[in-house]
Amino acid sequence: MSIEQNEITKIAELARIRIAGEEIGQVTERIAEILQMVDQLQAVDTTNVEPMANPLDATQQLRPDVVTEKNRREAFQAIAPAVENGLYLVPKVIE
Amino acid sequence: MYTKSVAQLIEGLRGREFSSAELTRGYLDRIAALDSQYNSFISVDENAAMAAATAADERLASGDAAALTGIPIAHKDIFCTDGMRTSCGSRMLDNFVPPYDATVIQRFKTAGAVMLGKTNMDEFAMGSSNESSFYGPAYNPWDTKLVPGGSSGGSAAAVAGLLAPAATGTDTGGSIRQPAAFCGITGLKPTYGRVSRLGMVAFASSLDQAGPMAHSAEDCALLLNAMAGHDPLDSTSSNTATEDYCATLNNSLEGLRIGLPAEYFGEGLDSTTGECISGALRELEAQGATLVNVSLPHSALTIPTYYIIAPAEASTNLSRFDGVRYGYRCDDPVDLHDLYTRTRGQGFGDEVKRRILVGTYALSAGYYDAYYKKAQQVRRLIKQDFMDCFEQVDIIAGPTTPGPAFAVGAKTNDPVSMYLEDVYTLAVNLAGLPGMSVPAGFVDNKPVGLQLIGRHFDESRLLNVAHRFQQATDWHLRTPDAIARGVA
Repeated sequence: MSIEQNEITKIAELARIRIAGEEIGQVTERIAEILQMVDQLQAVDTTNVEPMANPLDATQQLRPDVVTEKNRREAFQAIAPAVENGLYLVPKVIE
Repeated sequence: MYTKSVAQLIEGLRGREFSSAELTRGYLDRIAALDSQYNSFISVDENAAMAAATAADERLASGDAAALTGIPIAHKDIFCTDGMRTSCGSRMLDNFVPPYDATVIQRFKTAGAVMLGKTNMDEFAMGSSNESSFYGPAYNPWDTKLVPGGSSGGSAAAVAGLLAPAATGTDTGGSIRQPAAFCGITGLKPTYGRVSRLGMVAFASSLDQAGPMAHSAEDCALLLNAMAGHDPLDSTSSNTATEDYCATLNNSLEGLRIGLPAEYFGEGLDSTTGECISGALRELEAQGATLVNVSLPHSALTIPTYYIIAPAEASTNLSRFDGVRYGYRCDDPVDLHDLYTRTRGQGFGDEVKRRILVGTYALSAGYYDAYYKKAQQVRRLIKQDFMDCFEQVDIIAGPTTPGPAFAVGAKTNDPVSMYLEDVYTLAVNLAGLPGMSVPAGFVDNKPVGLQLIGRHFDESRLLNVAHRFQQATDWHLRTPDAIARGVA
């Protein structure tokens, strides 16, 4: 499957990755090569084959719903780019 | 001292031939003197290492030593280390100092090991050459014009260059086995879920697995004993019982059935590499093993299947890097959208961005069934091939890689040709099986790796076969010429 530059722009937006205008052409070319390579899968007959999400077909292990972790907010916020009064700071979202 | 195995170092420490402080100081001095040639470490904390070594010596003196007390080891910079930068080879985490230890790190601390430092790697473990690291490539100690392989290239180079007796790695599609093969060392990727993933920066959660890298199978067994086991904090970690992986190393290979998949010996395999593998198989045959021709008919589909599943999982996992809670943040964002897109545009390197974009595409509305679901279905067919083979044989053997290490820069502009490097290793991750690479010879002075693949949770058997092979061969004991001549 070939892919157009405007599709790459759309995917980059979905992935929240800024790609410089002059790089879009090359990025598109490389991704087109990868998509061409993975396209071999389309020819495989997978009728009635159950998709496999876990190689051991294991299911999620659950634990009792009780609090086991200590609150380490200060340690976690100490490594954040910007915090104030225990809150993570981002640019203004609501006018 | 630097050519000794972990097993020999344990004896030396217990017999008071040398102290952990002497040993650790020696390795730190080698790193300081020689790592400019290999670039195998991203971070080294000499003071922390020496403090741990001194504490280890006290434990040794008081007769209170654990399995690895005083043994220096290097950790791939993908494992979170409390208070020490964990970069994952990325600008995104260049300033990230975790507030906790990965379970693997914690377990090595409990076992008494001394951390020398954190090793270089492809950015977010995405690569097969260590060239996508934000900190520059690592170089192969056998020839510094060659790549060490990846993504655990720094760990492989550090062990091969005798800058650490052993190291940890992670393997999502071959990232322990391929660099082990390229650098002439022994590496084991355990069964999916055998080793905890807690605190190991996630790339592809259904494929990622941590394992040991060292000179010998015996050393890998010693490290695996420390690493393996259920972790209640990793919901995908297995509660299948662990074993003492050293206990069966010497078992006889009489009657062992080894499967040779036709697809791993066909077109694409370098002929001299193939001869090394044939020689290794003859040695196993001489020890009583039987060689059986088998087939993995869906082998040709492993690369396309992997390059849907791994990027899809990566695009999900790497969405956490948003410039808000930790890691890199762009300068002067004008709004939240600008903060996200510029942080991620600047913080990630080209290969990581490519994989996020491919994964986002494969998971996006309208394409999900054609790509992601299809790949998950083919993944089951690939696993079933292995299950069918294991009806007839005990282990599977073949080359780890199609050829020996390639030159730095040779494949950086051609991602698809780089992906082909992992043609023999990817399927093992897709099927969740344990796999090893064992030194098996040389092509023009470049190491070749024999790959051994086992049944789920049959790490003991792989280590047993590799150990018996290493009792009869000396490929794993060879050191690069420059080191033998004392110039490195």
